[in-house]
This record gives sequence, C-alpha cells and structure tokens, in this order.
Amino acid sequence: MSDVTMNVWRGDGDGGDFAEYTLPSQEGEVVLDVIHRIQATQAGDLACRWNCKAGKCGSCSAEINGKPRLMCMTRMDQLPEGPVTVAPMKAFPIIRDLVTDVSFNFEMAKQVPAFAPPPRPDGGYRMQQIDIERGQEFRKCIECFMCQDVCHVIRDHEENKAHYAGPRFFIRYAELEMHPLDTNDRRELVRQKAGLGMCNITKCCTEVCPEHIKITDNAIIPMKERVVDASYDPVAWLGRKILRRQKASPGEATAHGA
Amino acid sequence: MAEYESHDYDVIIIGAGGAGLRAAIEAKARGLRTALICKSLLGKAHTVMAEGGVAAAMGNIYAEDNWQVHFRDTMRGGKMLNNWRMAQLHAQEAPDRVHELEAWGALFDRTPDGRILQRDFGGHRFARLAHVGDRTGLELIRTLQQRVVSMDVDVFMECKILRLVADAEGVVSGAVGYWRPTGEMVVFSAKAVVLATGGAGKSWKYTSNSWECTGDGHAMALWAGADLIDMECVQFHPTGMVWPLSVRGLLVTEGVRGDGGVLRNSEGTRFMFNYVAEMFRAETADSEEEADRWYDDHSAGRRTPELLPRDEVARAINTEVKSGRGSPHGGVFLDIASRRTPEYIRRRLPSMYHQFMELAGVDITAEPMEVGPTCHYFMGGVRVEADTGAATVPGLFVAGEVAGGMHGANRLGGNSLSDLLVFGRRAGIGASDYAAGRSGSPRPDEGEIQHSITEAFAPFERTDGENPYELHQELQEMMQTLVGIIRTGDELERALGELDVLRDRAAKVSVGGGRAYNPGWNLATDLPAMLTVSRCVTLGARDRKESRGGHTREDFPSADPEFGKVNLVQRQPSGGGVNGDIKIVPEPIPEMPAELAELFEESH
Repeated sequence: MSDVTMNVWRGDGDGGDFAEYTLPSQEGEVVLDVIHRIQATQAGDLACRWNCKAGKCGSCSAEINGKPRLMCMTRMDQLPEGPVTVAPMKAFPIIRDLVTDVSFNFEMAKQVPAFAPPPRPDGGYRMQQIDIERGQEFRKCIECFMCQDVCHVIRDHEENKAHYAGPRFFIRYAELEMHPLDTNDRRELVRQKAGLGMCNITKCCTEVCPEHIKITDNAIIPMKERVVDASYDPVAWLGRKILRRQKASPGEATAHGA
Repeated sequence: MAEYESHDYDVIIIGAGGAGLRAAIEAKARGLRTALICKSLLGKAHTVMAEGGVAAAMGNIYAEDNWQVHFRDTMRGGKMLNNWRMAQLHAQEAPDRVHELEAWGALFDRTPDGRILQRDFGGHRFARLAHVGDRTGLELIRTLQQRVVSMDVDVFMECKILRLVADAEGVVSGAVGYWRPTGEMVVFSAKAVVLATGGAGKSWKYTSNSWECTGDGHAMALWAGADLIDMECVQFHPTGMVWPLSVRGLLVTEGVRGDGGVLRNSEGTRFMFNYVAEMFRAETADSEEEADRWYDDHSAGRRTPELLPRDEVARAINTEVKSGRGSPHGGVFLDIASRRTPEYIRRRLPSMYHQFMELAGVDITAEPMEVGPTCHYFMGGVRVEADTGAATVPGLFVAGEVAGGMHGANRLGGNSLSDLLVFGRRAGIGASDYAAGRSGSPRPDEGEIQHSITEAFAPFERTDGENPYELHQELQEMMQTLVGIIRTGDELERALGELDVLRDRAAKVSVGGGRAYNPGWNLATDLPAMLTVSRCVTLGARDRKESRGGHTREDFPSADPEFGKVNLVQRQPSGGGVNGDIKIVPEPIPEMPAELAELFEESH
C-alpha cells in the first residue's frame, strides 16, 4: 500500500507550525484514524479532541485542507491526492495542537433563557409531529461549533464575540421561539444581546453543518423576520401601545425558566 | 509536597453523562453547593451515542402496558439476577422521568394524537421506547445539559479524576484529579461524592464505547473499599459495524430491528428462528409470517425472534459466523432495505443511514448492512442501595452504568437511558441528604492526595519505559481474545496471567512532551483503571461457572440455579489501588417479595 502524508499543526497559544508525518495508508480510514496512528507511533503528545468517532458528539472538529470538518467523518480516500493538511479551528484560541478553547460557546449558552412551558395538564402535553419537526431539526445540532468557526462575524472580528452569539445559538433561540409550548419571548434578546442583526446571511454556517441543518434558511431568516415584526412594525407597535401585551416581554424573559 | 488547586463543595458529581447530569440537577435543586466534573466537554459524554430510545411504560401505544409488565420484562431479560428493588423503582418511575424531560424542552417523536410515540425493542413486550428518530441519547443529554446550565450548576470540564479520597475515618470526602488542558492538579473536597462515570468497554478491541469508557468509576470505587458485583456480566451488543475495520464495533441501533429489519446469514436464512431459548418460546413467533404480522399488530401474532434480548441475539450471530454462514467481513446481514421503503428508513433511522453512507459507502435503503457483536455495556458495577444509590463505603453514591444490580446478567435496550434518569435522580437525592446531615468540613487525607499526584506524574520521570498506546492495544487484543463473548476456564486463567504481566509493564510506561493536553500521558493515567476493571471482569468470569445473560462459558453452557441465587462480590482493602488484592465471594441476591414473585408464575 502507498503512504499518506499529513501536515498537522503543532503548537500552542504562543505559536507553532505544521509538522509533517508520513505513514502507510490503510483501507477505509478516516482522518481521525490517521491522527490516532500518528499519536500511537510517532507523536504520543499530539493533542486532539474526540469522543464517539461516529459523527454524533461533535468533538473532533478541525480544518481539513482548509475546510472545517469532523475528523471522524472525513474519509481519507475522498480527499484529493497528496498531503492532507489538518489545522485547529481558527475562530477560537488555541490550547494545544488541534485543541481549541471553545468556552465562548459555553458562555453564550448561559445567556439563553430556559424553555418555559405552562404547567403540565392532566394526560400530558399534546403536540403534533408537524409542529415540532422544525425544532427537532435544530435539536440535531451536535455542538461541533464549526458553524461558529466559519462565521466571519467572529472568525475575522474577535471584538464581535462580546455581543454576537453565532449560528449555533441562533438555532437554539429559533428552536425555543418555535416550540409549541414555550411561553417566553426572546425576540428582543436575540436582536440586542445575541446580535442577530450582524449576520448578513452568507450561509457559510449552513454549508459546514455536518447535520445538514438549514441554519440560515430555517432559523436565522425566520428569526430576523420575527424580530422585525416585534421591533419595527409600526402597526404592531401601535397595537402594543393600545392593548396590553400577552406574552412576557423580552426584558422579562428569565434566564432560569420556571 | 506537590501543589494543587482546591475547591470545596457539598456534593460533587464525577461524570456528566445522563446519570451525572440528572444527579446534579437534583442536588442543585435542593440548594446544595454542587459541582459537576467531566473528562470531556459538557455534552460529549457517551450518553450522546444512545440511539434507540428510553424505555418507560407510558402505555401510549398499547394501553395494557404498565410498570409490572416492564418490571417483568426487565427481570427476565436480566435472567433474574437483577436487584428486584432497582428493577421495580426503575419501571415505576421511568414514565415520570420522561415527562419531566419533556417539560425541560425535549422534543420526542409524536403519536397521531400528539402524545409521545413509543417504539418496539428487544425483550420489551410492548412498544415502549420514547425516542427521537435514532438520536435519542443526544436529545436526552442536550435537554439535561441545558437544564444544568439554566440552574447555574458549577461545571468543570476536561478534568480527569484519578482517585477518590477519604478522611481519617474512612468517609469518602473528595477526589483528586488534573485539568487536561494544563496538566495541573486539582482537589475537590466534598461532603458527598456521586460517581456517574459510565462503562469500561475501551479495554476491548471491538467496542461501541468512546475513549472515555475506561472504567474509572468502577476502579476508583473498588480502590476506595466499595463492593463491586457481577463484573463478569458484560453486554456484547449483537449489531456493531464490522466493515471498514477502522469503524468495527460502531453501534448499529436495535431500532433497525424494532422498525422491521431482519437478520440473515450468507444463505439468506432468517436464522433467529433457530435460536429461541425455552424461556422465550411461548412468547416468540415460530414462522416468518407470524413474526411479520406481529410488527403491524402485536395481538395478531407473537413477537419476532430478531427482538429477543441482546445476549440471545449476539450468541446466535456468533454461532452463525463460526459455522461458516457469515457475511464477507465476518458478520451477518441486517436487512431493512427489502422490507421498508427508503422514505420510511430515512425518516426513522437518519443517523444509521448517514453513518453507513459516509463511513462504509453502503446505502441501507438499497442493500443490507453487515453487522456483528461489539462490546457495549457493563451490567455489573458498584453495589448500591436501591433507593439511595449509596455504595458500601460512606459518603459515596453511584448511578448509571457504573452501578451494578439494575440489569442483572443482561440489559434490555432502552433500559439504560431510563436507568440514568431514575437512578441519577435518586443518587442526587441520596447524596444531598447525606451531605446535609454531615457536620463539619470534609477533610480528604493529604497523604492519599500526595500519593495520587506522585503516581500520576511518574510516567514523565521515566525515560525508557513502554509506550502507553502499545500497552493499551495489547490489553484490548488480549481481552477481546480471552475474555470476549464466549469464555472458557483455561482462557480466563491465561488472561489473569497476562493481566499480571500487563500490570507490571504499566508501572513502567513513560511519556514524552509536557503536561498540557497530552493524550499519551492521559492514556497512561487511564491504564490503572482499565487494568483493574479487566481483572474484575476476568475474576468474575472465572468464578461464575455457568452461562447467564451476557456471561457465556463454553465449558459451562447452561444456567445453574445455584449461581442464579448469588451476586459475585469483589472487594479489596481501601487504598490498595491497581496492585490491591481483590477478594471475590458469592453473596445471596436480595429476595423478591411474594407479590412481585407472583408476576413470574406460569399464568402470566
């Protein structure tokens, strides 16, 4: 069998460079298999995250030949001939080698007000399948954070992270907003604190999503429309002035749920 | 004296899969200072890989389902070795735990009248598994994770715990570990500790388990003086991928069979009809026509033998392959393509479709899958008090896969996610009550802490020792060959000898590089637990001279009623570590009260 050559980024927050590893190729392997073989035979301290090795946990995100992908779901025989480049996700600070500090995402998760259903009626909640399918699409998210990585609002502008939640959390807001039972209104929050308006719908997030979630079309654009309805529609504004609001107002949406 | 960072809590929970998350919710809700510690990032634990569903007798599809039927299915599936009280609590409380998840935001698939849809699974008499396509584990972990975050629980990620630490009186009072990103040491002192560390499949070569499943909790509990039970009972899931080699062992959900998929050998025969054990004969179809009628209406026929409990199906596949009727890559065929429409398959089994398409280039809507047994689940584990999750040493509580008893000798599919919820909550309550009643500050023993730190850093001190990766691979090869799905006394004795050698070699591994995010070093610190757990499995397998559930002895092929009355209990003096002397003794299983025993009489 022939050899494969891997150019793997090695280093830490202070800097680093690509290191070249050559090893025999094996049938049916994915990029993560080759990284594991490098660890076992040539560089025991090569850092990478992984867990399930089945595309279900979203741990092994990296930039393979410049494109964000899950290492466990990228088959070597489907990459172009020649050396394969593996680098850490660019939008996050580097811890070591292929491992980045993704704590930004866990901080953004804390800002999402929890799901708040009405009390459970006798016989349980009833929801129709058709009404939850959109929410289920968003809940396929495995939190690989590649949509965050590729979003130029934060990839190229570190300073935006303070007030921009990113595509992963836009689908979370959308999921809750579209949940048949939820009683919170998060539209104002997603406009102001989560920075939905900064997204200019280039669809890069949708392109890299390993779960094929239509992030832009099914979450971001509908959320933008809802925000517009809530914040800028003069008829709705007048209506709110005259009538009392029905839902909890955006500012009252609590982060800690019921 | 080595330096370390310190934290102090009322309750610490080690492990953030379903059980750990659920325990943390309970402790936090009771107002205790609660910390959740996990080896990976939050939301990546092995629970995320659960596919088929969570078993709960809600009766949404078959109104005649109830907790007694679920209890009976669970006990029979476990070959009656289960702790009856755990099985009872589990069956009674699972529906409430599922409804609770829904109130926290989980979106289960629905029935036409808007209730939670339930699917068929092996060993369950009625369609009982609440599910979200074939990604139920993801839904469960994400729902619990989001709940934990909304409650503001302190979460410590990428922290590997090395040892539990007791105080001078022998009460578990904390744990010592290190941050994987920096390699710096950390000590958590706590009034109560919950272990929710999951399983230990990573000691086998072909496994559905992730790298995290190294049996840390089983080993740490044993080292702390707690009892383990029935460690020989390891489940080999009948359907793992067999090709390509790099993904061999990866799980193929039982939902494929629940939704109509059938097993065939190389001759095209649905061979499961030839493997129906006496215990299940009265309830199982004896022709393909009857089995297929059952799929549409459970009152029109008896259940298909493809959905016998997992131990039965795994052994059958093993026999077919050994008899020369296997598939090209050493498995058998799992066929749903010829039985259901492509639309149905893609809707019901989206991740299976994706997994085979991407990794094997197989379109499961057009051709059969090749599958074979894979090391999947530990039924055995830490001995606990059913109601509280308390281990046999004070201050320690245990829930989920690392606990023993609930599943007896074999677990039914779907009973794991419900186990996590029911007993995660109960261990959270047990630990909270214990912590609230404990006076003074916990004082973990400084000598034990220092010893653990020295031991953990030792691989850096050695320069010419062995490579931890090689040692791990040898352990996996050995356990796969000698302590696999079918066992014999001779091979088990050989395995114990090999384990002695591997233990000596593990004491000499060396690693290069620094402490910060060093996987070679991380693996070196996982090896002691893997070796201890492998030894416990082998000792149990040697001493249980019968075949029962997940434990099959070629030299003792039948179940022995005497062994059916005992747990094999393993323990060692506190503080012994991987070199400790393990004692193994049979002790009677708890006796079932008469009103439950009645459920198993012939009339039922």
